[in-house]
Amino acid sequence: MASGHTVVGRPRPRVDAMRQVTGQIRYADDLTLPGMLVGRQLRSPHAHALIIGIDTRRAEALPGVAAVLTGADLPIAYGILPVSQDENVLAVDKVRYVGEPVAAVAAVDAATAEAALALIDVQYAPLDEVTDLAEALAEDRPLVHGDGIGRNVHRMASLEFGDVDEGMAASDHIREDVYFYSGNTHAALETHSALASYDADGKLTIWSSTQVPHYLHRAMERVLELPAGRIRVIATPNGGGFGGKADPFSHELVAAKLAMRTGRPVKITLDREEVFYTHRGRHPALMWVRTGFRSDGRITAMHFKVFLDGGAYGSYGIATLYYTGALQTTTYRIPNYRFEGVRVFTNKPPCGPKRGHGTPQPRFALESQLDKAAEDLGLDPVAIRRVNLVEPFSTTVNHLRITSCGLDDCITEVVAASGFAEKHGRLPPGHGIGLAVGAYMSGAGLPIYWNDMPQSEVQIKVDRGGGLTVYSMAADIGQGSTTMLATVVAECLGLEPAELNMVTADTDLTPVDLGSYSSRVTFMAGNAALSAATKIRTRIFEAVADALEADAADLDAAGGRIFVAGDPDSGMPWSEAVRRAIAASGPLVESGDYRAPDLAGPYKGSGVGISPAYSYSACVVLLRCDPETGMIEVERVWLAHDIGRALNPLLVEGQVEGGVHMGLGEALFEEQAFRGSMHRGPSLLDYKMATTLESPPVETILVESFEQEGPFGAKEVGQGPLLPVVPAVANALYDAIGVRADEIPITPDKVVAALRDMARGKPARFGPSSIPDVDFPAITRVGRPEEVSAS
Amino acid sequence: MTDRVLSLRVNGETHEFAAGDNLTLLEAIRARLGLVGTKHGCDLGECGACTVLLDGLPVLSCLVLARRAEGHEITTIEGLAAAGRPHALQSAFAELGAAQCGYCTPAMLLASRALLDINDHPTTDEIREALAGNLCRCTGYGKIIEAVHLAAARGNG
Repeated sequence: MASGHTVVGRPRPRVDAMRQVTGQIRYADDLTLPGMLVGRQLRSPHAHALIIGIDTRRAEALPGVAAVLTGADLPIAYGILPVSQDENVLAVDKVRYVGEPVAAVAAVDAATAEAALALIDVQYAPLDEVTDLAEALAEDRPLVHGDGIGRNVHRMASLEFGDVDEGMAASDHIREDVYFYSGNTHAALETHSALASYDADGKLTIWSSTQVPHYLHRAMERVLELPAGRIRVIATPNGGGFGGKADPFSHELVAAKLAMRTGRPVKITLDREEVFYTHRGRHPALMWVRTGFRSDGRITAMHFKVFLDGGAYGSYGIATLYYTGALQTTTYRIPNYRFEGVRVFTNKPPCGPKRGHGTPQPRFALESQLDKAAEDLGLDPVAIRRVNLVEPFSTTVNHLRITSCGLDDCITEVVAASGFAEKHGRLPPGHGIGLAVGAYMSGAGLPIYWNDMPQSEVQIKVDRGGGLTVYSMAADIGQGSTTMLATVVAECLGLEPAELNMVTADTDLTPVDLGSYSSRVTFMAGNAALSAATKIRTRIFEAVADALEADAADLDAAGGRIFVAGDPDSGMPWSEAVRRAIAASGPLVESGDYRAPDLAGPYKGSGVGISPAYSYSACVVLLRCDPETGMIEVERVWLAHDIGRALNPLLVEGQVEGGVHMGLGEALFEEQAFRGSMHRGPSLLDYKMATTLESPPVETILVESFEQEGPFGAKEVGQGPLLPVVPAVANALYDAIGVRADEIPITPDKVVAALRDMARGKPARFGPSSIPDVDFPAITRVGRPEEVSAS
Repeated sequence: MTDRVLSLRVNGETHEFAAGDNLTLLEAIRARLGLVGTKHGCDLGECGACTVLLDGLPVLSCLVLARRAEGHEITTIEGLAAAGRPHALQSAFAELGAAQCGYCTPAMLLASRALLDINDHPTTDEIREALAGNLCRCTGYGKIIEAVHLAAARGNG
């Protein structure tokens, strides 16, 4: 199969494309059931308050209201991480952000449900609010979690690999910079929706726009106190995810509980404002980075500090914190590295995982600082990156295993395609070009809850007529995971992807896949599917070998036929081969699975950042900036991505272009902004994302490094390409007007203010200038990989 | 609010049902007629996901009262394919990967159809202008614009 692929590597439409373009694809809110009720949630108007009492009697008495719930009805706490079980389905005793669900109703229609919410009387006793990082780190503010006052620290981390002091001492030049990356949100076009049904036999079914049906299943088992076998979770096609549908959510558990209470189906669909409060988006990150360089640009040591504003709950936040420190070493060889970080609680909607999860922020800081260091040292931006590039098949100082790495090729390609070398520093005033790179995981190396089971399982069943069905819990969130699975199986068995039946994301029907997060599905579910398909292939080849007068090992499958390799006209049709296989050895049903290798390093926190493989990207942004208005127009973006192997180049390009879109939005427009604890504009009018008019042409270049552990050599593409876009914009702005954007989004007001500073002889930059004085815990010193393995 | 008979002509079929005067066209299409191919993303006219055609012109159905649509020809995504044959735009969107999650796609297709109806060979800037009110979070718009060009090149419909 090493050569002559007939499916892999060819651009093809999604297997569900015609259903999408005809409006036939069904998202969660498109579903209705007989007798269905409408559910709605009452949300807190206070950012921080004790709940003194809730009187639901008037709401319950309203004709058409079937049930009313409060926190007392669902007292068991939950959360996506086992160490952060800090959320209640409906607030118990206390609310922690404006928009937190407090009560819920089910009624015959939306108007009645909303009228009922207005009749619920909640008595609050407001508390002082904790609205920002400085307040959260103060000793005298009320605790968001717990009673009394104190610092609102959720988690701290302090790690050192190698010897940073020694590395700094050996450097010729040290840079120290401070950066701020604003929070922003996913803004998937589909708002979250869940439909729950509880039948008379005691079986609960939920259809939900979730990226993680398996983790939702576990949360429902816990909170609703039902055996897992009596709960069926079906993840409907997500109308966009980006990490925003990767937690178990209040509305899902509420819909289920209301269905159980009423015995009728209940659907809850969030409105757009509720989505902004549900959030789980990018953590605002204040960052300080001190790096030592040799005069030739080589990094000798790096010390990185991060301060994350996590909002009111844990969500994925502990993982996020470690991610902000983990992947710096995956692009550049950093021989000595120290990471200190803190995540705080504030009275704002919880932050969580958004495309790139915790890594776009440090990537922005690192790539911006490298540009500055290059200028300090008289190097060009390409040279300083090249001299530091990580080696393929190496181990980083923080014990991450690097396998295939096409970053060098990505830089070469993107520099050549963009004419970077000819343009950088040479464009007319107001025009600039910038370069940056990045790397991302092809799946988190560990599951979210500890277990020793596979991270992905796939089953394949072939019926007597030759029809083939693939069963996988992978949730298609728009990234094309179902098409990916069909591609892998079709290639292995010589079929067309569109011919296959795909059953996905249903806990009753499909074996476990952990979910569509951490860019894990192609690598993990893809490998599981390949494993299952290979078993089917082997059985079929063995069953027909005699009839084809050949060894099973010499057979091949393509174009719907099984034949002797090299002679496609020989052999027999797939359907005939299937009949023979079933006759020879029974039902043609096989399963496959994937387990990531054990990659964890010898320290606490090493579970975050490990991955079976890393994707690499390099980006060049060409822009112009009007110095009068500060308006920036991105004219063109080039992005080279090391995908390992493009299973379907059309879908891979789509992921790259989407990542560029989201990266440009984060760089230039998007901000989940607050006035105190109040969201400044929880609407798509106020939350600015790029339209067609702000979206430049994107030239995608795919670099194939053929990852040996990936399915057909593939790695991830869903998240990595976003990473270099943001710093490439900042670096291009400097090239255009000489202003350093040390904070994003880069809005016109900030640009104009910096140009005025420049005119007055002040530093031409904007962004933070200092960090809070925090006593991080004592550093945990971890030996370099070579030292640890030697001992 | 008293219900009165409402008569809507959607995709060539007339539907009569009782409704309050505050029913939006989006609610009528999705909840009353069951044509759920039309999407909602904000219910405030900000995202464009609910776009349908009213006498061939794109409108945001969340901002149009259903009663205002009486006497007009309404086209939804379910009415874009003629006689079971996909419209050229539908084929082009599918072939070129212009839909990822697919949620904005019905609206994008209808807004594109309205453009091609009045301009059978639009420039890229004309396409960008025509689709500026339709947000897409997945694609960055590049493949959508390519698909409109391809459909135009093949002939509208």
